[in-house]
Amino acid sequence: MDDHDILNPRLDRRGMLRRCAGWAGTAALYTVSGGIVSSMGLDAALAARPRTGGPRPFTFLQISDTHIGFDKAANPDARGTAIRAVERIRALPVKPDLILHTGDITHLSKDEQFDDAKQILSDLGAPIVFVPGEHDFLDEGQGKAYLAHHGQGTLGSGWQSFDHDGVHFVGLNNVAALKPGGMAHLGDDQLAWLAKDLAPLSASTPIVVFGHIPLWTVYEAWGWGTDDSAQALALLARFGSVTVLNGHIHQIISKVEGNVTFHSARSTAYPQPAPGAAPSPGPLKVPAEQLPSMLGIRTARFVRGTAPIALIEQTLA
Amino acid sequence: MTLFSRALLLALLAAPSVTLAASQVTAGVPAKSQSVAIKMFAFTPQVITVAPGTTVTWTNADEDPHTVTANDKSFHSAALDEGEKFSFTFTRPGEYAYFCSLHPHMTGKVIVKG
Repeated sequence: MDDHDILNPRLDRRGMLRRCAGWAGTAALYTVSGGIVSSMGLDAALAARPRTGGPRPFTFLQISDTHIGFDKAANPDARGTAIRAVERIRALPVKPDLILHTGDITHLSKDEQFDDAKQILSDLGAPIVFVPGEHDFLDEGQGKAYLAHHGQGTLGSGWQSFDHDGVHFVGLNNVAALKPGGMAHLGDDQLAWLAKDLAPLSASTPIVVFGHIPLWTVYEAWGWGTDDSAQALALLARFGSVTVLNGHIHQIISKVEGNVTFHSARSTAYPQPAPGAAPSPGPLKVPAEQLPSMLGIRTARFVRGTAPIALIEQTLA
Repeated sequence: MTLFSRALLLALLAAPSVTLAASQVTAGVPAKSQSVAIKMFAFTPQVITVAPGTTVTWTNADEDPHTVTANDKSFHSAALDEGEKFSFTFTRPGEYAYFCSLHPHMTGKVIVKG
């Protein structure tokens, strides 16, 4: 299989999905630079030496859609697979500097699910930063439970930004106050904050944006996109390197648009169908022996002075 | 916060409606009911027409939770897990558009006609 064109924006959706599907069950690293993609195996990636002559490279990790509390047919033990993902994190030969959880921490926003998730996602060897998914915002208080557990240090409905070794990280909430007939939504308050947050940064600052629902339209009929993402992307357009990480769709799909690369991640709980491949989205039941290869975590490796952020995908198989 | 105060208001608005449904049944009004399935990320039937006083019951058949939320927020359910139900009695003629606040591309409508 030729991985060089996996992120080629000229590929049609079906072609890209076929290629992405071909990756399921493998661990691969891919490097994106100006739309050119290269890949190597996980072992080679982990053995790669840091480049000399500059500050040290660092890695961060993305975990998503743990859905603590889910116990239905698609995975009766989502708690167990989350624990397995955590074991993988603890066993990483290169410890990540930080961990991003891109939402749907819990399945039903219950306090006991937030508490259980907190316990499972502890002692990871790195700080973990959360953004909410819609499953974390479905309590009667519409996010009150999430903010009680994870709102400290965040603004508005749970958005935030921070800098790490010269990289600016922006965590967005696009699951609050959704509108009838629409998709995900950032809202004017969050967009105004984003404009102010990005304003002082130089265009050479690498930006990592993380949120739950994709910030590009993956599949409108299933609501897999964000209504007002164009306004956010306009604010990001002047930056030379923007990496957008999301969850929600429980599968790896990537896209390059100018200087922005989008990557959706696997869940640790259950897979979902490829866009349009089923009558509806939702938990996808696969044979038990296949399930671990459709769940996973992602390590991202940042090397200063070069545009690409390399992603290493690991399944739970 | 605005978000929370709005949520509280919604909870207060929704609660008496459910009580009303129960009191109407006990008052001896002929029971009128209609079911809507929430299945495969859709409300089925998507549009229903009912007489005033009809109690509509939504049942979620998906493994994913959904809500029944009026566009104008005049009624709303809690998040319904698989197998859970929500009922609301429509007393006044009119068109009531609603959606799932978790998956807002899911929309439906109840038309109440005398």
